[in-house]
Amino acid sequence: MNIVPPPMGLLAELTHRCPLQCPYCSNPLELEAAAAELTTAEWCSVLDQAAAIGVLQVHFSGGEPMARRDLPELVRHAADRGLYSNLITSGVLVNARRLDELQAAGLDHVQLSFQDTETASAERIGGMKGAQALKLEAARLIGESDMALTVNFVVHRQNLARVPDMVKLAEQLGAARVEIANTQYYGWGLLNRDALLPTRGQSDLANEQVEAARLQYKGRMVIDYVTADYHAALPKACMGGWARRFVNISPIGRVLPCHAAEILPGMTYPSIREHSLAEIWGHDPAFLKFRGTDWMPEPCRSCDRREIDWGGCRCQALLLTGDAANTDPACVLSPHHGVMQDVVAQAGTGSEGFRYRRPGGQRMMPGAPSGPGAQVDELVE
Amino acid sequence: MPSFPRGVRLRHDEARNQWVVLAPERAFVPDEIALEILRLVDGEATLAGIIDTLAARYAAPREEIAADVLGMVDDLAGKGALRG
Ligand code: SF4
Ligand code: SF4
Repeated sequence: MNIVPPPMGLLAELTHRCPLQCPYCSNPLELEAAAAELTTAEWCSVLDQAAAIGVLQVHFSGGEPMARRDLPELVRHAADRGLYSNLITSGVLVNARRLDELQAAGLDHVQLSFQDTETASAERIGGMKGAQALKLEAARLIGESDMALTVNFVVHRQNLARVPDMVKLAEQLGAARVEIANTQYYGWGLLNRDALLPTRGQSDLANEQVEAARLQYKGRMVIDYVTADYHAALPKACMGGWARRFVNISPIGRVLPCHAAEILPGMTYPSIREHSLAEIWGHDPAFLKFRGTDWMPEPCRSCDRREIDWGGCRCQALLLTGDAANTDPACVLSPHHGVMQDVVAQAGTGSEGFRYRRPGGQRMMPGAPSGPGAQVDELVE
Repeated sequence: MPSFPRGVRLRHDEARNQWVVLAPERAFVPDEIALEILRLVDGEATLAGIIDTLAARYAAPREEIAADVLGMVDDLAGKGALRG
């Protein structure tokens, strides 16, 4: 029996509420209601358990984690347990008072997302009027605080051309790090793939621009770039391998090896309301299912990269090959790799309309967003 | 004077019985020499002071220690874990 090493990071999805409605949002298509969310006491217990089993970093995400009034309390609880805390936010609910509270509570790092560098495009993508000014103000406030700032952009066909501007904006905002990540095509991203997937030419150009920027900004700002699987020849180690480095907890306390794992059919995931984190991490069948290399089919089983990329992403294997236990089709060695190449060849020919991330949004027709900005206050509980 | 940049800290990881540097979206385990240096970084000790401390601790020639420390500080600064 192997001893399972403990997870390094906890992804705490505090809520699915969010004033924005990005068409690539990594939240599931069925969004959880506020009333079903874990309570403050339940999250505190999660943090206790996480620290006890060896988690080092906690990432407070959502939805928009600032929609939870108890966020400073949770940050303080994490800090008291020695956990490094990271807030993943859209920035639209940030103000000086709330930021001070978070800093006083011991928050270490803020990852602030932008939808684009151009206001009109950014606000169309995020589906919220007035968001860009709020984000810029949030960045200014974070820059004045003692907390580290990472500026994040999710990129796709409709903003990829602005990669150099994104790096420039991040530097202007005083970020020590900029993260530019291609959309991942499951859930909302898959629903909007025709509108989002870059062409091969766009993707190649962005790769070159990132390389050039890395040289230019060397020593001044860290540039992390997450390439698009669809244009790659080798898959990424999704989540650093299934149930190896991260554990994700959904707003209602579902414990998952990856935030997208709920799309895998035939899998049931345990609730933190019923089981301890240690028990789940060590023994739950869903966590054991794709952990390590025993589950692997060929070509992974005999491949010397099997402990580097762990066979890639299970969700992508499911969505594009019909079986979650297949090699990720992003891999050139996968017999299904052609499926991805066919999709890339078609990129750029679809409509640019979005199906926005909102309850019921998966059934709505593409169209202009009805800016929910006015309801921001109602979102905060 | 070397110091930790914002969002970077060194802590002992009881579960794995090792020291780790925690940084935005990163965590890494410093090797023995790096750890000796990092544990002396308190925002007050100067680079020269750190070199003196380590030279005394290891009863080693100062130039040798200095070369190690400067190389290591450079390396850690490159990883964003230290500000020189
Ligand atoms: S991706 Fe957009 S819609 Fe989804 S949680 Fe983040 S800001 Fe909100
Ligand atoms: S065959 Fe499997 S292990 Fe080898 S590179 Fe492809 S996905 Fe990775």
